[in-house]
Formats: sequence, C-alpha cells, structure tokens
Amino acid sequence: MVRFFNALGTPLLAFFQYLGEILLLAADTFRSIFTHKLRWKLFLNQIVEIGLLSQLLVIITGGFTGAVFSAQAFFQFNKLGMGSAVGAVVSVSLCRELAPVLTALMVAGRVGAAMSAEIGTMKVTEQIDALRALAVYPVDYLVVPRTLAMMVSMPLLVAECIAFGILAGYFVAVYLLDVNGPYYMENMVHWTRRKDIIMGLTKAFVFALLIVFISCQKGLTAREGAVGVGRATTEAVVNASLAVLIVNFFLTMGLNIIFPAGHQ
Amino acid sequence: MRVESPNVAMIEAPPFPKIAAEPHLVSGNGSSMIAVRSLKKQIDGQDILRGVDLEVRKGETLVLIGRSGGGKSVLLKHIIGLMEPDSGEIWIEGQNIIGMNERKLAMIREKVGILFQGAALFDSMTVEDNIAFPLVEAGERDPKVLHSRVEEMLEVTEMGGHEDKMPESLSGGMKKRVGLARAIIRRPSCVLYDEPTAGLGPVVADSINRLIRCLQGRFGITSVVVTHDMKSAFDVADQIAYLHQGRVYFHGTPSELQQSTDPLIQDFLLGRSETWRD
Repeated sequence: MVRFFNALGTPLLAFFQYLGEILLLAADTFRSIFTHKLRWKLFLNQIVEIGLLSQLLVIITGGFTGAVFSAQAFFQFNKLGMGSAVGAVVSVSLCRELAPVLTALMVAGRVGAAMSAEIGTMKVTEQIDALRALAVYPVDYLVVPRTLAMMVSMPLLVAECIAFGILAGYFVAVYLLDVNGPYYMENMVHWTRRKDIIMGLTKAFVFALLIVFISCQKGLTAREGAVGVGRATTEAVVNASLAVLIVNFFLTMGLNIIFPAGHQ
Repeated sequence: MRVESPNVAMIEAPPFPKIAAEPHLVSGNGSSMIAVRSLKKQIDGQDILRGVDLEVRKGETLVLIGRSGGGKSVLLKHIIGLMEPDSGEIWIEGQNIIGMNERKLAMIREKVGILFQGAALFDSMTVEDNIAFPLVEAGERDPKVLHSRVEEMLEVTEMGGHEDKMPESLSGGMKKRVGLARAIIRRPSCVLYDEPTAGLGPVVADSINRLIRCLQGRFGITSVVVTHDMKSAFDVADQIAYLHQGRVYFHGTPSELQQSTDPLIQDFLLGRSETWRD
C-alpha cells in the first residue's frame, strides 16, 4: 500500500507543480497586463498570426462540421417527420459545443504548437536569457501580447466557425436534402437564443486562456536543444487539447446553470 | 596574489585577499564594480561553484579562465542574475542582487551588458533591429536617434553595411560583433563576455580582442571575459582569475600568472592534461 502511494506520489506532485507553474504564469501575465504598457506592434502581429491566419482552418472546420452534422441530423429526424428541425439542432449544437471545442482544438494544434516551438527555440538558443539580460521581462514581451491576441481572436474565430457551420448546414439541408428552407430558418431562429451564443463565446474565451498559458509555459520551460523543443511542442498541443476537452465538460455543467438550454 | 600550491590537496582552501570583510565596504569604496562573496551553486546534484570570492574594479578587465565545465559561464550568469545561487552574495555597484525579483533585476541589468557565447541574436529581427532593441525597449521612439545610435555601434564594432541582414546570414564573428553592439548600445558600465572568441579563426578572434580593449579605452567599460583562449586572455586582461573545482584558485595579473610555478597553472597554460603529468 505504501509502495502504491509512493508510486502515485511522484507523478501527482509533478502534476500539481505543473499546474502551479501555469497558474503562476497566468497570475504574472494578468499582473503585467494591468500594470505595464502594451507592446502594440507585437499584439497586432499576434492578432494577424492567431486571428487572420487561422481563418481558412476555422472556416473549413465550421463548414464541414455544420454540413455533416446537418446531414446526420436530417437522416435521423426525417424518419420522425421532423426534417425542418435540423436547423435548430445544428445551430444550438454549434453555438454551445461544437464550434468552441473544435475551434479550440484546431487553434491548439496550429497556434499552440507555434507558440510553444517559437518560445522554446528562443529558450534553448539563449534568446530568452538575452531578453532578460537586456532588462526586458519575457512575460511582458512574449506572453502578454499572445494572451491578449488570443483573448480577442478566439471568440471571433468561434463566431466565424458558428456562422460557417450554420451556412453549410443550411446549404446541405435545403439544397441537397430538400428540407423546406423557410421552416428550417424559422425553427433555427426560434430555438437559438442569445444565451447559446454567449455560452459559446464564454467557452472560447476560457479555451483561449488555456491554450496560451499551456503553450507558453511549455515553451518557457523547454530544455535540451532541438529534442527538448520538439517534446515541448508535442506536450503543449496534447495538454492543451486534453485541457480543452476536460474543462469543456465542467464549463458545460456550470454554464448550463446560468444559461439553461431551450426556452426557459 | 598568487596561490602557490605544491600539490593538488592544497587547492581546497585558496585565500582571496582582495575581498573585503564586509560587502558594503567593498562596494562602498567607489572602485568596486562587481563583488562576489562565497557563491555556491549545485546543478543536478553536482557542485559547480563551491564558494567563489571575486572582485572586479571599475574600468578593469578581468579574464576568467579554467577548464571546461568548471563553472565559468555559470558564474557569469549569476553576475547578471540569470541564475540564482544556493548561497552567497553578488554586489553590483553597491547593490546585492541576490533575492531581487526580475523587475528589480532589470534596473541592475541596465548597467551590465552581456555577450552570449552564441551571441543570442533575435532571429526574427534584422541586425539593425537587434542592435536598436535595448533602446526601443527603453522607450526611444525617434527613428533618427535610433538610426544614428545604431550607426555609431556599427562603426565601433566594424559592422557597417550589414544593418539590413538577418542573423542567419551572418558568420560567427559577425554575430558576436552584433551581439556586442546590442550589449553596449545603452552604454552599460560593465560588459560580460562569454567565450567571445570561441569558434572563431585567429584573425577574427584578434579583432574581437581589439574590440574589447577599444571599448575599455573608449567608454571606460568594466569587462569580465570568460575564455579558454589564452592568447585572448593575455591580450585583454588586466587581471586573470583561474577557476578550479568551483573556487578561485588564482587571481592576479597576466605576468603573475605567467611566472607562476604552480603545476596546475603550468598545466593549464601549456595545455597539458593531468594524465600527461602523472
């Protein structure tokens, strides 16, 4: 039994240490956001890197998810003569779950990996030490612009994902599966509430923070040259993706109390 | 100054007479730029620094020599606060930097520049942006001022005409010059050099040595140079400290070092391994 707890203790301790490092980085970042001047050029660069250059990825993700979800929902609902309800199902699902989670997973893969690799490479080539030696605090210079850019970009990307998902869903249902267009729209608008959109955007905001802090922490603690950077990048993507999926469950349960689904 | 030691056993406790008893006295006498007292550091269970005592006077060039893995670069990183010791004190112009947080250390780092072994240039910036970086971060926004200061640094480091290049297209020697220009653009009172001539040909290495001397003469900069290159050491040093087994084994002038009959120092100067001596 003692051996079991001993074996459990080391990884558990490492896990809590890792969580602590992420929380400290988050605290340091927010302190810096409120007390130090923003480097606008870096922030706008990150907006381009995160927001603008993720457009295609998000449009494809949203579009094809909406399209396939619309088709699957239609195949089942049509048996019950509820084909026109597909619009409401697609729209609410995209707003509350699919768009935030899928966008976050895609952004974790594209942006999280890039953040971790870039900062990690700077770490192992002493560029982070050079920043510190030049009296520049790395959190201010590297983490703050990325955090703010993620906080701005992610909700917009999720909104875009929802929009393209709904559009693609409509196209598939109405033009390919012969669902009545006006009924489809009426059901969708009737059942999709503002709270569904707020829930999706709230999730987007939380996922943005998860991705940025997990990725930056991995980059800042990268060691042992190219292998270390590779490992840090992989771990950043895996950890950020897992964190998104796990936190999503708790967010859904929590937010459902504030924003209950349906007409309530 | 020199610690004569007939056998290796005697090197365990080398006295270092230049360090004053109280750090504030050392830093308060107006002539001390850096004072290191009883500095200890363990990395991965291995003792790297076992109680280093060292003093560098203002305007002086101190060269740190010693075997590979002897803790020279680690000591340099402690002096600029990039590493935290297990115990000991480091005084920079009268301020003990141990225990300072990163933001307080930033003020100290404005006085102390460092040239990293690999130059550590920001690879996403041009040479000009790299050199101007410390000024931009200090709040200088006037493009004319920035350009003229960069031009001045390029002239000092003999790098004129390369300002638009990216670091990846520079040779090793050029990278070090740019790194040096970046380190001195804010006119620090002290510059730390980590292996400034490592991996360079003899002619380029000589030009870097001249540059270190020139900076001392032109701007009165205090320098601490870590090197394995004995020619470089004798070219630039006012004082030489030999780090051995995590302690300062010898501290004196270049001529005192050359005249030393200590077998360990002789071995180091002549590049002989202990096996050969045995």
